[in-house]
Amino acid sequence: MRPVYVVAGGVSKFAKARPDKTFQALVKEAYDYILQDLCIEHPKMVELIDGVVGSYFSDHFEYQLMAAIMVQDYLGLVPKPGHRVEGGGATGGICFQEAWKAVASGYMDVVLAYGFEVMSKVNTWKGNEFIALASDTTFDYPVGGFYSGYYAMMVVRHMKEFGTTPEQMAMVSVKNHKNAMYNPFSQAPMDITIEDVRKAPMVAWPLTRLDICTMSDGAAAIILASEEGLKKIEDAAGRTLPKVKVTGIGRGTDAMRMADRPHGDVPLLPHEKPEDYVGDKFLGGKLKYPGIHSFRAGRMASIQAYKMAGITNPLEELDFIELHDAYTSSEIQTYEDMGLCRYGEGGKFVEEGYPFMPNVDYRIDKPLPHKGKIPVNPSGGLIAAGHPVGATGLMQAVFALWQLQGTIGKHFGDETLQIKNAKRGAIHSHAGTGTYVTVSILEREE
Amino acid sequence: MSEKVKLPELEEGTEVFNVPFPKDKDLSVLKKMTPIIVKRQYLINYIYSYGQDSPFFAALANGRLIGTRCPKCGYTYATPKGHCMYCGVETEWVELPETGRVHTFTVCHFGSEEFLKETPFILALIEFDGVDTLFLTRLVGVDVNNPTLDWIGMEVKPRFRRNSQFKPTDVYFVPVDK
Repeated sequence: MRPVYVVAGGVSKFAKARPDKTFQALVKEAYDYILQDLCIEHPKMVELIDGVVGSYFSDHFEYQLMAAIMVQDYLGLVPKPGHRVEGGGATGGICFQEAWKAVASGYMDVVLAYGFEVMSKVNTWKGNEFIALASDTTFDYPVGGFYSGYYAMMVVRHMKEFGTTPEQMAMVSVKNHKNAMYNPFSQAPMDITIEDVRKAPMVAWPLTRLDICTMSDGAAAIILASEEGLKKIEDAAGRTLPKVKVTGIGRGTDAMRMADRPHGDVPLLPHEKPEDYVGDKFLGGKLKYPGIHSFRAGRMASIQAYKMAGITNPLEELDFIELHDAYTSSEIQTYEDMGLCRYGEGGKFVEEGYPFMPNVDYRIDKPLPHKGKIPVNPSGGLIAAGHPVGATGLMQAVFALWQLQGTIGKHFGDETLQIKNAKRGAIHSHAGTGTYVTVSILEREE
Repeated sequence: MSEKVKLPELEEGTEVFNVPFPKDKDLSVLKKMTPIIVKRQYLINYIYSYGQDSPFFAALANGRLIGTRCPKCGYTYATPKGHCMYCGVETEWVELPETGRVHTFTVCHFGSEEFLKETPFILALIEFDGVDTLFLTRLVGVDVNNPTLDWIGMEVKPRFRRNSQFKPTDVYFVPVDK
């Protein structure tokens, strides 16, 4: 496989509703951001792009099948090769990896990946119905299909097994909403307290409205290239570009019905030992995995991506992570899947401050002794930056790219969220209660 | 943080047969217009087969709860699976135990549009002795206003709707003493 570089990215403004533009024009907004950033004119860019991968989650939301080709023609990229990918919430992350494959395999030198979702065409509760159709419609959906309910059941089990608390989850909400205040593309920037989160209307016990992402309209686009492709882009742009490389790719899956998931052993990361998951602190003396409390797909994706990137201790070897926080609870569960702490320690991990930005005041009346150790969702994540499903995994890639380029100040108009000397970051995209999960590692080349 | 005071949004509109448009030839003003938003409806009746899972629904209609078991390795599925995930062979139908326990649950105060009118309701996953996988169901007979982690492990039993709808909600679970 050849080295793959992430060259440039763009996002649209994310909002609850963007009725001002159709989905094609929303992607154009993100794509044109790339052209402006690179100072390359459209006809030249068309010449450089060998092919495209488009992603959106739901034909139901779009009221349109084959929407991805309509974007490709709107962008003027027909008759070049292209296809659509779909994998629930992980659609964007899968799209990123499919573009990577096209370059890594030698098939193409320059690939454009774009993703979008327009969720405002239906009301929130109809939207939840569409999303719930991404659960088994024979056995699960008819019982009361509701993703917030599914994730609530997962975290209730996490609370029972590990003592995780709603206040720890609320800290994730405070962090991500506050980070988003410095990200001008974000949908829901908020300066809130743990108390605000707990007092918000209950959606599915114990998750309140502020523990859950909202419906979004938006788009994201990113260019991946081989070494040769990067040279061609640099020639067209008339300058050298920061070198950010994809050094790890991982993807895992699990059974659609949560009921079907096993109660077995934890697949271990290099820094873990089997003894870590035996003892009195676990119900029955041994952790039964993944059960309902954890995402096996996230663990499998992490194992592969870390192995490829040569990471043996992610907490020490990653500078930041943009991960799929559709729920505050799933961010906590994902700290564990990604090996930032042991299974069961995710609540304590946020309580001790690890995933917070070092330089932001969150108005949290706790010591946060490890504040800023590994910022998670510096952009605000899904909860606060936005979750236009098909765009989300690519939005994370764009924000991660800017961190590694050191260009957050340029793009956000504010340096607050720039992680000092960020060298290696991870992006994590996640679908339907952990059915598909992707992890990709991005690294700045010195 | 306080919620914004506002009237609820409605999905009813007004029939409109024309809208304002410049009378002269200058179209540059069109770029400054707000979008036209119309209502569209999408109604479908599916002819949906339960296929190999059909006996499960027939059993519910007759007040019985059945799962499947792998004849090779004995792995038992509370929610039926036609083939074993581990051996790949066709499973056999088996009766589930008369009682189970709450493995996890939630109280839904909101939901998908189809179920919004039923809120608040409880979703629960049930575990059974000697059965390897879980079963998703509605739990009734506990106080939706006072959820507690102590519900986990509670002994529960299935109860069946008299008039079957051939949906998984033809069965629901209640505490054993109710």
